[in-house]
Amino acid sequence: MDITLIWYLVPALVMFCCGVYGFLTRRNMIAMLISLELMLNAVDINFVVFNRYLYPGSMEGWMFTLFGIAIAAAETALAIAIIINLFRVSKNIDVRDTTKMKY
Amino acid sequence: MDITIPILILAIPLFMFLFLGLAGVKMSHKLAGTLGTLGMGTVLVLSYYTAFTYYFSGNPLFIDGTDRLQYEVFNVTWLQFTDFLSIKLGFLLDPISAMMLVVIPTISFMVHVYSLGYMHGEKGFQRYYAFLSLFSFSMLGLVVATNIFQMYIFWELVGASSFLLIGFFYTLPSAVAACKKAFIVTRFADLGFLLGILILSFYTKQLDFLPMTQNPQGVFASFGGATFMGASVLTWALVLIFTGGMGKSAMLPLHIWLPDAMEGPTPVSALIHAATMVVAGVYLVARLFPLYMLENAALMFITVVGAVTAFYAAIVACTQIDIKRILAFSTISQIAFMMVSLGVAAHNNEAIHHGLGYMASMFHLFTHAMFKALLFLGAGALIHAVHSNNYTAMGGLRKYMPVTHITFLIGCLAIAGIPPFAGFWSKDEILVACFENHWFWGAWMMMVAAMTAFYMFRMYFLVFWWDNPDYEARVKEAEAHGHHAAMPHDPSFPMLFPLVFLAAVSTVCGLIPFGQLVTFDGSEYIAHLNLPVAGASVAIAVIAIFFARHLYINKNDNPKAMADKVRWLWEAAHHRFYWDEIYLFITRRIIFDGICKPIAWFDRHVIDGTMNGLAYITNQASVAIKGFQSGKVQMYIWWYLIGAVVLGLITAVCIL
Amino acid sequence: MESVGSIICYWIIVLAIVIFSILTVTTRKILRAATYLLFTLFATAALYFKLDYEFLGTVQIAVYAGGIVVLFVFSILLTTRPGDNSEQLASRKKLLGVIGALAVAGAAGWALCSRCSDIFTSLPAMQNPDMKEIGTALLGSGYQQYLLPFEAVSVLLLACIIGGVVIARKR
Repeated sequence: MDITLIWYLVPALVMFCCGVYGFLTRRNMIAMLISLELMLNAVDINFVVFNRYLYPGSMEGWMFTLFGIAIAAAETALAIAIIINLFRVSKNIDVRDTTKMKY
Repeated sequence: MDITIPILILAIPLFMFLFLGLAGVKMSHKLAGTLGTLGMGTVLVLSYYTAFTYYFSGNPLFIDGTDRLQYEVFNVTWLQFTDFLSIKLGFLLDPISAMMLVVIPTISFMVHVYSLGYMHGEKGFQRYYAFLSLFSFSMLGLVVATNIFQMYIFWELVGASSFLLIGFFYTLPSAVAACKKAFIVTRFADLGFLLGILILSFYTKQLDFLPMTQNPQGVFASFGGATFMGASVLTWALVLIFTGGMGKSAMLPLHIWLPDAMEGPTPVSALIHAATMVVAGVYLVARLFPLYMLENAALMFITVVGAVTAFYAAIVACTQIDIKRILAFSTISQIAFMMVSLGVAAHNNEAIHHGLGYMASMFHLFTHAMFKALLFLGAGALIHAVHSNNYTAMGGLRKYMPVTHITFLIGCLAIAGIPPFAGFWSKDEILVACFENHWFWGAWMMMVAAMTAFYMFRMYFLVFWWDNPDYEARVKEAEAHGHHAAMPHDPSFPMLFPLVFLAAVSTVCGLIPFGQLVTFDGSEYIAHLNLPVAGASVAIAVIAIFFARHLYINKNDNPKAMADKVRWLWEAAHHRFYWDEIYLFITRRIIFDGICKPIAWFDRHVIDGTMNGLAYITNQASVAIKGFQSGKVQMYIWWYLIGAVVLGLITAVCIL
Repeated sequence: MESVGSIICYWIIVLAIVIFSILTVTTRKILRAATYLLFTLFATAALYFKLDYEFLGTVQIAVYAGGIVVLFVFSILLTTRPGDNSEQLASRKKLLGVIGALAVAGAAGWALCSRCSDIFTSLPAMQNPDMKEIGTALLGSGYQQYLLPFEAVSVLLLACIIGGVVIARKR
């Protein structure tokens, strides 16, 4: 039984869908960030797997993942800084309290 | 011929209008009046000089043997539309325009002088003189027009000046209503005029008078026998042009504005609504007379309209109480005389009796201007004396106002057609012309002439004889109420001088050999006295005068008894046969209620409703979808996700 | 032909990924979600190791599992009291989330299936990239060398540090 490409793509897809579900439904802002990390991670797996199976000689796929990890780290740090600032203002990090920018 | 003087004739009144209109408020009344009168005096001298040069200088430009020629002093192109369609402005000197150059400045100058006294102390004195100058400019421009469009331009200007002057006392609602009525009725008639101009110029490919009137066969040929609804297009054009004249000259059924126009100051009525503006229609027909000669139907139309109007106005004038209204209806009747005279002057493209009707019409225009202005100015003096327009406030005034009495009597004799006063000569020639055409018109106009004599002398006797009211008691009562009043007396010099001058003119101007000056084709016409017609007309006029004397010289009950016998007729005539009511009915019930209100409803509810509905729908739609911007980040992301998925699927299906 | 051990490894990794992902997004306690995320990331690193990308796997553990999750835990401890439970979600919100997830799954799945030929390739042989190669690639400016992204990421990190400090400083 060969482990083909699709065997890796499907779990990545499941992880991505879990990330989407979590982003849309969770009320805690940090939980939303965690779901975002899940989505990013799933995409990273996709890049690596495609690189390994279809273009084994080149590095572009997993280099992209490398940089993606770096950027994910930076973005998470900044997002948490913002959340802490919001927490100072409204004393909770419920996403339903950030609805001022509307009609 | 040097063009300076003709240009000055037109430029001076225009300049006076602008100057008095713009700077008048800064001037005293006296200065404004003096300036206006001086300007008009200058124009008078220049116009007399021009007219006499035309008639008597023997210049080969103006006269060839005994035939008078039409001469364009200048004719400059103002607006060029196409190669052959252009509007020109010019100065045409020919028999009838030279005659009008004598009439208009004379009457205008008399009115200027008269107004110095009549309008003394009125608010807006300077504005009045400015408008008088504007009117003089417009009327002079109208009569010297070289092409029909220039005449139309000045036609409208005259209408505007009339509007401004009738509505001079603009704080009075009746004056405002009257000036609106005058303007609207004449403007409505001018629609027909414009249509006529357009049709005529379309076929003849030009607007100038001289090429058209000096070549009537060419005009006839250019129409090419086109017909429309049974009548030739040339007839339609001429009749439509005549409807413009009907409006301006107050022919039935467009006469309704002239009695109401008496709301203006009396000198204005004398100038505009008796002597000059209302004859513009007659002048128009006279100007285009060679074309009118081509079409019998047009001439018959003019004759019928004139005859009916003359008769109608004469009947109504017999029952009016306001002396200015009597004079207004008399004006309508006399202008109808002029129209009938033009109508019967030719038949089958041949002038009857060497164009006697044309010459008589112009002669009557001249004499009528003089004595009607005299009558109106006299009426002004009477109104000034008793502070009322109605003859019920007057009576026995011959003792108190002798000069006014004599001049007014001269005017009444002139209009009644008693020799040797002016009206006899001109009216007699009109009657001869009518008889030459057909005995019916002669008889009809003779009847109207008798009625003319009757109602004029009715007015004369009611004002100067009839009763001897107690003026002293009236004066005392007015003083008690705090109004300043005085016994009726002859007016001051500015008002008296025009009366005397015009009375003198009315006495002698009938003796002018008019046939040597003004005829329809310039050739000389020696008028003979037609004894049967003259004798008959004088006889019935004298009978009518004596009848009026019998009824009205001393206060009695006969007039009332006679009126009671035909009460319904008297009431209908008193209400002018309800023409105003008919017009009001048509405009209010039919046009306003029937047409305008539904259209307004449609505009407000359907058209505006649609626009409002669109706005409302947009508003509601925006309210409905504003929930999208709820501030909830997760909903934004959800929609973004769905959109991205859809786009991806579309791309995958259509492109990849 | 894969060896049996390889297949067993695969199944452990995949099960870990799937189960821990689902648990991450459905648990009600936030600290547990962070922990489950940690385990998911470990499983992903294991996946990278299995695919012969050791460097990448190391970086995954060091940065992602080590740095980011720690950051999450710090922020959770700063902003909530441990023991706080989030409330029950409204069922409408859950429905929307499920629809979104299923839409993505359906679209991606359909896209995958329309590329049937490529996804059944077997694992080709590969030489693991050695460190020298990775180093020259990261710091080289030639074709297929990543100096510019490297520098850009460093600038980004600088900006991120400064931004984070500015935003979260005490007033």
